[in-house]
Amino acid sequence: MLNVILNIFTVVPIQYYIIVSAALFCIGVLGVLFRRNAIIIFMSVEMMLNAVNLLLVAFSVYHNDANGQVFVFFVMAVAAAEVAVGLAILVTIFKNLHSIDIDELKNLKW
Amino acid sequence: MELYIFFFLSALGIFSGLMTVASRNPVHSILYLIIFFFSITGHYLLLNAQFLAMVNLIVYVGAIMVLFLSTLMLMNLNEETEKHKPALARLGAVITACLLGTIFILVLIKADNMPIPMEANPTLSTVKNLGSVLLNQYLFPFEFTSVLFLSAMIGAVLLSKKEKVTDTK
Repeated sequence: MLNVILNIFTVVPIQYYIIVSAALFCIGVLGVLFRRNAIIIFMSVEMMLNAVNLLLVAFSVYHNDANGQVFVFFVMAVAAAEVAVGLAILVTIFKNLHSIDIDELKNLKW
Repeated sequence: MELYIFFFLSALGIFSGLMTVASRNPVHSILYLIIFFFSITGHYLLLNAQFLAMVNLIVYVGAIMVLFLSTLMLMNLNEETEKHKPALARLGAVITACLLGTIFILVLIKADNMPIPMEANPTLSTVKNLGSVLLNQYLFPFEFTSVLFLSAMIGAVLLSKKEKVTDTK
């Protein structure tokens, strides 16, 4: 019995993971809506991606299926590419406007 | 024991996430976000997904946060530069996030209650298993990811290079 790894879901129900992931995702949404600094909005998006990743891994282990964990790889790859391009865009905006306050970026609004 | 670790990691993650959103200084936000990523890595370890935990640590804490920090240093932002949104918009943001969380929990909480085996599958999250799934079932998306990275790299270089040209004019 000592050599057997106990299934985590016999101790922590999957519902707890759902609640935690939903809470983390909503903190990310709150950050996007609450702040004006574009970098912090980017960080909130990363937070949302991580919340989704956590739930994907949890369900992957729950269903004993590796597809979910492979999907997490792709999410991480896309997140890395997104951050590289997004921060380059932010630097360009900052060079032009000397601010990354999103409430000042209204030129395309109407 | 696992339950207490789970609660500790969840509390740490939620606290550091809230502090990321709430702190006025962007550098503090980034440091709290690093703690957040560490808590997510702890969750992965608790779920016995060691490889993903290491990848998460290397990619997020090692690469993405350094990128964020260096961009922040480049922009030289102080605490005073950011004004608050109007009070109505902030109230709306809080209400929206709370409602969204309620909806998520109510919808997702009825995930199927299938019978759980007592023992974990120790080979599920190994590099061998994940690699064989990745390179057999998901070979085309895997190769396509390299195209995505190439285009992202070219895009980032072009975006920063073009600006230099207009600066010298």
